[in-house]
Amino acid sequence: MGKTTRSERSRTIAEKILSAHSKTDAHAGDIVIADLDFLIGQDGTSGIAIDSFRKMNAKKVFDPSKIAIIIDHSAPSPNEGVSAIHKKIREFSKEQGITLYDIGCGVCHQLTPEQGHCVPGDLVIGADSHTCTYGAINVFSTGIGSTDLAAGWISGKLWFKVPETMKVVYKGKTPKGVYSKDLILNLIGKIGADGATYLALEIEGAPIDELSVDARFTISNMAIECGAKAGLMRSDGKVLDWVKKHSKRKPDPQEADKDAKYKEAVEIDVAKLEPQIAKPHTVDNVCPIFEVLGTPIQQGYIGTCTNGRLEDFQIAAKILKGKKVNKDCRLIIAPASKEILMDMIKDGTFQILLETGAASVTPGCGPCVGTHNGVPSEGENVISTANRNFKGRMGNPNAFIYLASPATVAASMIEGKIADPRKYL
Amino acid sequence: MKGHVWKFGNNIDTDLIIPARYLNTSDPEELAKYAMMDADSEWVDKMKKGDFIVAGDNFGCGSSREHAPIALKATGLSAVIAKSFARIFYRNAINIGFPILESAEAAEEIKEGDEVEVDLTAGIIHDQTTGKSYKAQPFPEFMQKIIDAGGLIPYLKKKTR
Repeated sequence: MGKTTRSERSRTIAEKILSAHSKTDAHAGDIVIADLDFLIGQDGTSGIAIDSFRKMNAKKVFDPSKIAIIIDHSAPSPNEGVSAIHKKIREFSKEQGITLYDIGCGVCHQLTPEQGHCVPGDLVIGADSHTCTYGAINVFSTGIGSTDLAAGWISGKLWFKVPETMKVVYKGKTPKGVYSKDLILNLIGKIGADGATYLALEIEGAPIDELSVDARFTISNMAIECGAKAGLMRSDGKVLDWVKKHSKRKPDPQEADKDAKYKEAVEIDVAKLEPQIAKPHTVDNVCPIFEVLGTPIQQGYIGTCTNGRLEDFQIAAKILKGKKVNKDCRLIIAPASKEILMDMIKDGTFQILLETGAASVTPGCGPCVGTHNGVPSEGENVISTANRNFKGRMGNPNAFIYLASPATVAASMIEGKIADPRKYL
Repeated sequence: MKGHVWKFGNNIDTDLIIPARYLNTSDPEELAKYAMMDADSEWVDKMKKGDFIVAGDNFGCGSSREHAPIALKATGLSAVIAKSFARIFYRNAINIGFPILESAEAAEEIKEGDEVEVDLTAGIIHDQTTGKSYKAQPFPEFMQKIIDAGGLIPYLKKKTR
């Protein structure tokens, strides 16, 4: 038997997408310079990217149709410093003819796939760490900083070290009351905040196949919380239908070869999984809900690029319908996009949530990043559907953030303390 | 470069390095005022130019905000030495020309307050208090070129000149 040549070696999804975009035969460990299909920036990171673009003496972006900036992190602006950054972004967008999603359009990681900017097989970068979200629709997408974004704006290319891949296989039948958020929190708790640093994840299994595309975004969104560069999934019929509804571009789905090489494999049986909670102040500080049941809560938040989609609000509305938010706490909701908000109005979800006492803020990041829209007070406990619970994350280093599914947040709002959603289903 | 050591633990995230509530400017001097704020609110006043941060695993995890290495650099900090770095922070630090060194042994053994001297070109960390030297992980060749140029902006300028 002769030796297998390099090009005959089996490849992972990451290796295939990076090969196709660099016109090379790329394998883990190689450094490639790859063509980008789409580039996003947001209002927290684009100001510095514009400065870097100028410092590089650039005049024009490589292709305005492949670039968008989304004003979502502090939208509308809470102070004059941010207003100046927004102004700079608006002027730059106009000057370069790139797409601008201004205040109220929604969160970058909802808008990029929803507005059809990426399809399976694409390579996307974003100056936001949760850019890995589109892995759910088979896009190799990853977060980078502002200077890398500026280099991408100019050349349409970026260098990548082709990552090794960790395979994550979920199996078993998902119990009632357990959602995609619980699946990903469980993984992060198991492998830790740096369990997949520099690696791509390939996430699969029957419990994933059963999820809607919206629910899958929740999982890929949090790939970065265990350090992963991308959170890739297969493109199935559900993905292709979803993409067809949102984009006119032709998808080029990539599957891993049968005997592709993986750095490691993790298997998670979901059959006995309970709703999961990430306790303060790290995302990998995960426990089953019974360990924290009854913890008093002063603020709940449903929204963000993790769990601010129609299905998330429908799940919450089903639990909260006809009930009131507990008098000792408050509930903030922020739909991840204007389209989602309009769908919530159409199907009655929005009214149900308002009637329970929820306060709705502008579609966007809401209070997740601590810039506005609901900074907790000293010593307060928050339960949130977001992806991070770092100390100070929501604007107060002396508050405590618990992360959970929309169902768990909804149940906790009824009781004013961490509550098990399963008794309300 | 030479200075004293400030020790921090594992998973020092970007919200601890520079909280988002202070990202209403991209002025490095302004950002530097709030560096490490939520980890140790007095650190900025206590540290001196030339000092080092020595930390555990996954330094800089979390957000992609380039403000994090920018703020640390603008305090006058010489470098961060850590067991390991989160991917985006690692890339951002190199892109803006802020020195980072990966050495599990150094991160484990060097103590708060130790006086440390670093030879960046050789990747040698010397703890003058204990007399022990450590060799940092070398960078991939491609990254070393960006580091040698002083960051991605000067690197690209040099290439297109």
